[in-house]
Amino acid sequence: MQYLEKEKYQQRLAQRQRRGKIFEIMCIISITIGIGMLALLLWYVADQGLHKLDWQFLTSFPSRFPERAGIFGALLGTLYVIGTGGLIAFVLGVGTAIYLQEYANDNRLSRILQVNIANLAGVPSIVYGILGLEIFVRFAGLGRSVLAGSLTIALLILPIVIIASQEALKAVPSSIREGGFALGASKWQVVSILVIPQAFASILTGVILAVSRAIGETAPLIVMGALTFVPFAPDGFMSPFTVLPIQIFNWVSRPQHGFHEIAAAGIVVLLITLILLNSVAIYLRHKFSKNLEG
Amino acid sequence: MTKEAKESDKFMALILEGILDPRNYSNKRWRAGIFEQIIKVILLLVSAISIITTVAIVSVMIFEASLFFQNVSIFEFLTETRWTPLYSSKHFGILPLVTGTFLVAFGAMFIALPLGLMSAIYLSEYAPDKVRQVIKPVLEVLAGIPTVVYGYFALLFISPILQSISDSVKVFNAASAAIVMGIMILPMVSSLSEDAMRAVPRSLREGAYALGATKLEVSLKIVTPAAISGIVASFILAISRAIGETMIVTVAAGQNPTFTFSPFVPIQTMTSYIVQVSLGDTPTGSIEFQTIFAVGITLFTITLTLNMISQYIVRRFRNVYD
Repeated sequence: MQYLEKEKYQQRLAQRQRRGKIFEIMCIISITIGIGMLALLLWYVADQGLHKLDWQFLTSFPSRFPERAGIFGALLGTLYVIGTGGLIAFVLGVGTAIYLQEYANDNRLSRILQVNIANLAGVPSIVYGILGLEIFVRFAGLGRSVLAGSLTIALLILPIVIIASQEALKAVPSSIREGGFALGASKWQVVSILVIPQAFASILTGVILAVSRAIGETAPLIVMGALTFVPFAPDGFMSPFTVLPIQIFNWVSRPQHGFHEIAAAGIVVLLITLILLNSVAIYLRHKFSKNLEG
Repeated sequence: MTKEAKESDKFMALILEGILDPRNYSNKRWRAGIFEQIIKVILLLVSAISIITTVAIVSVMIFEASLFFQNVSIFEFLTETRWTPLYSSKHFGILPLVTGTFLVAFGAMFIALPLGLMSAIYLSEYAPDKVRQVIKPVLEVLAGIPTVVYGYFALLFISPILQSISDSVKVFNAASAAIVMGIMILPMVSSLSEDAMRAVPRSLREGAYALGATKLEVSLKIVTPAAISGIVASFILAISRAIGETMIVTVAAGQNPTFTFSPFVPIQTMTSYIVQVSLGDTPTGSIEFQTIFAVGITLFTITLTLNMISQYIVRRFRNVYD
């Protein structure tokens, strides 16, 4: 009797272990599907677009003929809008983070601010487009300009910048602040001379990551009223504009194959820009973690 | 001189400047106090911008949508099954847009949920540290790719494949958008679920192993139930993200607001309708223009509700094992 049960147990155990092995393989397959799709996407885009990518493509304006069309206007538009928007979000975001992290007491107001920021981060980006259209384009009378686009983008990435900056400030050890106060420094002296320089690299990393998200944003700027065909370079804050992803969208939605190819070339440019920005962020993070050790 | 030493010198100088000169001390301290107050007020005003943003979003939506609902009854808006504001015979029923939106969002979850959860279990329970450190950032890259790129991929790569499988699949369809969107939100599910799983204390796992459980049994019967609040929260957040996603569906799912549950025909989502109106030259103030706010407020309400449920779940069930 005992012998029989032992045999049964051995069988059960082998079966359980087999099941575990199968499950592990299924898990690996799941992850491979995700990463495989990424590889497939990158390969497809490169295969379709790489041969269209040349100097003429980078320096030409859009055209009715795909072989003559380029992304110069869209590139400049992206540079203007994201540059300005990123700068505004940086100033506002770091300011808010400093207030919440260094100044605010744990009272009702700061809790409301915190919950509000978390909720803003979850608002679909297209809703920011509607907001930009109503407040900046129509109400403030800025028109469908670079400035209105920059402000819309700034509000869109503000929650991300705030959250990243808060994390950076949190990572500064409180002994540094206490040391400052013990020497008689005021709050602002502690914050500006001791805390911000410590946290700066990691704040910057967060801002760069937020900006790289903003570069790919299409919907809010379409809704806000950026143009889709811009055969000129924006010449100031009040100029109409388009951005790179909108130009890509415009080409994808046309039926001709020629436009699909230059859309792929545009995507290659967009992805290379993102890779460059992210490399800077990784480099900064790396340098920062070294500083902390040293 | 090292950087730190330089900084502390600067810092000491600032302090000594005020303290060592008795003629200036009280005056300087008074001025410094005013300065400190001004800084604090400026920072407070800057922080208020995020509150103002929320107030502006809500009031803009409510104001413009109320203009819309003066012309269209809420009852018609919620029950009519035709959405044709841009045609001469106008019907304002949001149902086709809602079903279109949920068709794509649930299709995406159908992909992202099993793949994301299994990836999370692998990363948290099975993968050696070195493998995890490589795979995790690669998976996160998926979340950083611009959505218009996914739209391009869905329309020009996935959709032709689906069409070659069956003739009944149209060029623009919900399925290709859903597949690609599922891949896009996969890292969100896997990364948040993995965080929740790694937060489960080791002692629970060790207890199960001591009783003779296999890795599979520990993963599915101990870790997953213990981390379930974080996992569910990540699912809800991912659904909310899928509902608010715009460019994939605008490019690949079509512009036909049809009341259907078939994933192989062109549909329209709430977000892609808003884009369609924005691209056309609809005069501001017209009823066609006001529809984007009616649709917008519906979208905003749905996503906000989902986000709050997710936050509630995390808050309510957090720290159970501490």
